[in-house]
Amino acid sequence: MEQKIRVLVAKPGLDGHDRGAKVVARAFRDAGMEVIYTGLRQTPEQIVNAALQEDVDVVAMSILSGAHNHLFPRVMELLREKNMDDVLVIGGGVIPDEDIPGLKAAGIAEIFTPGTATGTTIEFIKNNLKRKA
Amino acid sequence: MNEIETIQQANTAYEAGVQKAAARFPERKKMFTTGSNAPVNTLYTPLDTKDINYVEKIGFPGEYPYTRGVQNTMYRGRLWTMRQYAGFSTAEESNKRYKFLLDQGTTGLSVAFDLPTQIGYDSDHALSQGEVGKVGVAIDSLADMEILFDGIPLDKVSTSMTINAPASVLLAMYIAVAEKQGVKPEQLNGTIQNDILKEYVARGTYIFPPEPSMRLITDIFAYCSKDVPNWNTISISGYHIREAGSTASQEVAFTLADGIAYVDAAIKAGLSVDDFAPRLSFFFNSHNDLFEEVAKFRAARRVWASIMKNRFKASNPKSLMLRFHTQTGGSTLTAQQPDNNIVRVAIQTLAAVLGGTQSLHTNSKDEALALPTEASVRIALRTQQIVAYESGATETIDPLAGSYYVESMTDRIEKEALEYIARIDSMGGAVKAIERGYVQQEIQDAAYSYQMDIESGERVVVGMNKFQIKEAPPTGLLKVDPIVGEQQSQKLRELRAKRDNAAVKNSLVTLEKAAQGNDNLMPLILDAVRCYATLGEICDILRGIFGEYQQKVIL
Amino acid sequence: MSERMALNILDNPRHLARLITMIERQDPARIEVLKALHDKTGKAHVVGITGPPGSGKSTLTDKIIGELRNRGRRVAVVAIDPSSPFTGGAILGDRIRMMRHATDEGVFIRSLASRGHLGGLSRAAAETVRALDAAAYDTVIIETVGVGQSEIDIVRCADTVVLVAVPGLGDDIQAIKAGVMEIGDIFCVNKADRDGAERVVRETRAMMETAIMNGANTRFSGLYKAVYEHTVQQARLRGENVQEDPHGGALRIPPVLLTIAEQGEGVSVLVDEILAHHAMLSDTEWLLKHRHENTMWELRNAVADNLLGWLDNANAHSQLANAAEAVLHKDTDYYQALAQVQEGIIAAGLRLVSD
Ligand SMILES: Nc1nc2c(ncn2[C@@H]2O[C@H](COP(=O)(O)OP(=O)(O)OP(=O)(O)O)[C@@H](O)[C@H]2O)c(=O)[nH]1
Ligand SMILES: [Mg+2]
Repeated sequence: MEQKIRVLVAKPGLDGHDRGAKVVARAFRDAGMEVIYTGLRQTPEQIVNAALQEDVDVVAMSILSGAHNHLFPRVMELLREKNMDDVLVIGGGVIPDEDIPGLKAAGIAEIFTPGTATGTTIEFIKNNLKRKA
Repeated sequence: MNEIETIQQANTAYEAGVQKAAARFPERKKMFTTGSNAPVNTLYTPLDTKDINYVEKIGFPGEYPYTRGVQNTMYRGRLWTMRQYAGFSTAEESNKRYKFLLDQGTTGLSVAFDLPTQIGYDSDHALSQGEVGKVGVAIDSLADMEILFDGIPLDKVSTSMTINAPASVLLAMYIAVAEKQGVKPEQLNGTIQNDILKEYVARGTYIFPPEPSMRLITDIFAYCSKDVPNWNTISISGYHIREAGSTASQEVAFTLADGIAYVDAAIKAGLSVDDFAPRLSFFFNSHNDLFEEVAKFRAARRVWASIMKNRFKASNPKSLMLRFHTQTGGSTLTAQQPDNNIVRVAIQTLAAVLGGTQSLHTNSKDEALALPTEASVRIALRTQQIVAYESGATETIDPLAGSYYVESMTDRIEKEALEYIARIDSMGGAVKAIERGYVQQEIQDAAYSYQMDIESGERVVVGMNKFQIKEAPPTGLLKVDPIVGEQQSQKLRELRAKRDNAAVKNSLVTLEKAAQGNDNLMPLILDAVRCYATLGEICDILRGIFGEYQQKVIL
Repeated sequence: MSERMALNILDNPRHLARLITMIERQDPARIEVLKALHDKTGKAHVVGITGPPGSGKSTLTDKIIGELRNRGRRVAVVAIDPSSPFTGGAILGDRIRMMRHATDEGVFIRSLASRGHLGGLSRAAAETVRALDAAAYDTVIIETVGVGQSEIDIVRCADTVVLVAVPGLGDDIQAIKAGVMEIGDIFCVNKADRDGAERVVRETRAMMETAIMNGANTRFSGLYKAVYEHTVQQARLRGENVQEDPHGGALRIPPVLLTIAEQGEGVSVLVDEILAHHAMLSDTEWLLKHRHENTMWELRNAVADNLLGWLDNANAHSQLANAAEAVLHKDTDYYQALAQVQEGIIAAGLRLVSD
C-alpha cells in the first residue's frame, strides 16, 4: 500500500506573484509529495472544493497582496463547514508578524514569511499532518 | 613580441602561480559566480577585451550603439529622475503621500494601483474583497482620479503609472483630469507601463488574451503619437521578469524580445517605426552584483540599438535609444534584519547610476514586510541623493567602461541575450514563446535553482541563511484600514446615483461596437471615462468582446 | 463503516473523495465499499482522452465538461499524471485547466499520480471510474498521457476513446502512434489555430484507410459493421429502402475533427460525436460486448497481478530457490524443475483469496 502526502498549493486573492508558490510546489514534489497547483486568482470556494475532491492532506496557500486577513479565515470557515478539520492548512507570503496570531487562531497551523527555506516547510508538514499518511 | 603576447606570457606565469598557491591554500569556493550564477574568472586582463572594437561596440555617449549612455552629457547635464513608486488606500491618502514626496525632493510621481484596479474590477466586485487599497490606490472612476491629483499641476510633474491590462482607461482618466485643470494633452509628461507580455510571464495582472491586448497597446501608440506626443506609451519591463527569478541575461533577453513583439505589432497595425519608437521606454531591475548589473544595462542598450537599426531600419536616433527606469530589486530584500536592506539598496542604486538609468525608484527597507512608512521612504530617497551628490559617480560618464571585467561581461550578456532572442524568433516571436510556456519555464528553472543554492548555503544572504540573530518582530509598519473597501463601495453607490446614467450607457454601447471592429478605442474610452463610467464597467464591456486570458501554468 | 460510506458517497463528495484515496492506496478496506456499490455501477458513459504530452487534453476536457454541463449531464474526471521515478513525487497539472468548474456541484475532478504501481495503475483507475459511476456521474472522463503501455491500457477500457493529436510535432504521422490508432473511436486534431492541422487530418485519415485495407484489428471497424447491419435492419422493419453498402460499413473510418481547445472551437461537434458514439454502442449492444471484454481483461490482469505478487512472497521465493539449486546441482533438469514449481504455484494460486 503506497501512501503519499497530497498537497494543494493555492493562490487565493488577486496578486500574480507566484514565484514562491511555484518554487514551493516543485520542492514538495522533490520531497516525494503529490502536488496539485490551482493557479492564480482562486476564490476560497474554489480552493476548498478542490481540496475536498482531491482529498488532500495539506492546503498550502500563498498570498502577497495583503488580503490574507480576509481570505485565509474564509478558507478555514469553508473547510469547517465541510467537516474538513483534519486538513493541515499552512500559509505563506508577505504577512506582518502582528497578523500571525489572528490567523493561527482562525486555524492556520503555521505562517511562513519570506526567507523561509522550503526544507523548513517540508519538515513542518511531515511533523504536523493531522491524519496519518 | 607585441604587447598582447607579452601580457599573454605574463598571464600564463601568473596562472601557474595561482595554481600552486591554490594547491596549498585552496580557494574559498570551487566555483566563483555572479549573482546570476555565471562563472567568474580569477582575473580579467586586456586579453579578455582584446577583440572588442571600441568604436563599434562601445563608442561614445549619445551615439550608436549607446553602450555608454543615451545622452552625450548624461548626469553632468541633468541627474536621473528620482521617482518613488507610491500609492495605497484611497485617492485622498495617496494624494497626501504624493505631496509629501514632492516636498522631499522627488522629481516625478509614480502611481501604484491596487489589484482590483489593475485587473479591471470595481472596488465592490466580489473578487475585490480584502484587496481594495492594499498594494496601491483604489481607482474606480474619474472621480477618484480627480482626488488623486488634486492640487498637483499635471503640466509640471511627470507621472508614471504602473498599469497594464486597463492602461487605456487609466491614461484616459489622466487626460480627463488634465482637461479639468486646463492642461492640454500635449503638455502631459509621463509613462504608462502598458506591457502586457510580462504580465503573462511574471506579474499576473492580465485581463484579456494576447491578441486584443496587443491591439489595445497599439491603439495607445497610435493615439498618443498624435495627441499626447510627450507621453511614454509603454515601459517594457524586465523588472518583474527578474523578480520572478530570471538571471540578468534572461532579463535583458526576454524584455527585448517583448519589445520586438510590440514593435512588430505596431508596424503591423500600420504605424511607421519612427513615429512610435522614440516613445518606447524600458524598466529594469537592479540587483546586488554591482558589476554584472552595470554590464547588463550597458549590454541592453547596445543590443536594442542594433535591433532597432538593423532589424527595424529605424532612422531617428531616438528610436535607437534604450531609455530606462530602474527599481532596486524587491526580491533581494530580506524580512530578517531589515536595516541591512538599506545597504543593499545603496549598492543597487550605485549599479543603476553607473549603468546610466534615466529614472530610479529605490525600495524602502521594510518593503519585504509591508507597505513602506514615510520614514523608510525618506531613507530610500536619501540613498539616491547621496549617490547623486556625494559618491562622485555622477561626475563623469560611464566610469566603469574599459574595465576588463565589465567590458567582457557586457559582451557575455549581449551574447547570451542574442542567443535567447534567436531561439524566441525561431518559435515565432515572444507572443508564441509565451503561449508555449517557454519563457515561463526558463524563468522558473532559474528561480528554482537560485532557491536551492540558498537552501544549500552555497549562496549566502546575510541575515537570512547566515549571520542570523534573534529579532523582535518589527514595529511601526504601515497598515491599510480594511474599511477602505467599504468606503470605496459607498463612493461607487453615490456615483452611480448621481451621474448621467443614460450617457454612460450610450458611451459603453458605442465602445462595445467599436471593440468588435478595428477602430482606435482610445477616443471612445476617453468619452466613457468623461461621463464617469467606472473602470469595471469599461473592462466588463471589453471582457465580453475580447474574452479573458487563461494562465499558462508551467511547473 | 464501509456500508455507510457506500451509501454516503451518493450525496457527499467528501466520502467519494475518501474512497478514491483508499483506492489509490489499494487499501484492502476499499473492497467492502466497492462491493456494496456494485449494483449502482454500469450507468455512466466512460470516455478516455489520450494523446501526447501538452497536446491540450486537459484544456479540451475543461471545454467538454462545460459542454456536457450545458446539456444537463453530471461529469466526473479522473486525470492521471506520471510520478517522478526519482522522488516518487508528482505535480498533478491537469486540474489547473479545469479550475473554473471547481464550484459546480455537478462536476467532480480527481487527479491521480501514476505512482510506482505498474499494473496497479489501471486497476486503481478502473476502480476509481466505478466509484464515480456509482456516484451517479453521467459521464466519466479519464485523461492520460499517451506514452506508456499502462496509460494506454487505462483508456482502452473506456467506452469511447478520443485520441488527441496536434500539428507541429515534427514527424506529423507520429502524432498518432502506430499501435495507438487501433484503439481510437474519435480523432481530434487540436491546436487547429497552428499551421499544419489540416495536414494532420489528411494524414490521419490516410493512415486509417491504409490500416483498414491491411486488415488491421481496430476497435471501430467491428462497431461500424454492426451499426450498418443495425441500420439496415431498422430500415427494413420500417419498410424503407437503404442505400446498400457493398462493404457492409467495413470501410468507414472514425470522425477526424479539428478543435481549438483554448477557444472552445469545435468542442460542441466533438461532444456530439462522443455522444453519437455512445448511442451507436448502445444501439448495437456493442456497449455490453466492450464491457464484457474489458471486464475479462481486468479480471485477467488482476489474476496476473495477484500471482506476480504471490511469486514475490517468502514461500514462493523458497520454492524458486530450491528449484534453482536443484537445476544447478544437476539433480533435475530445467524443464522438470519448471513443471514442479508451476504445479506448486498454481495449486497455491488457486487458494489465493481474491484481492
Ligand atoms: N494554440 C493552442 N494552444 C492550446 C490549445 N489547446 C491547448 N493549448 C495549450 O497547450 C498547452 C497544454 O495544454 P494542456 O491542456 O495542459 O495539455 P495536456 O495534453 O493536458 O498536457 P499534459 O496533461 O501535460 O500532457 C496549454 O498551454 C494550453 O493552453 C489550442 O487549441 N491551441
Ligand atoms: Mg493534461
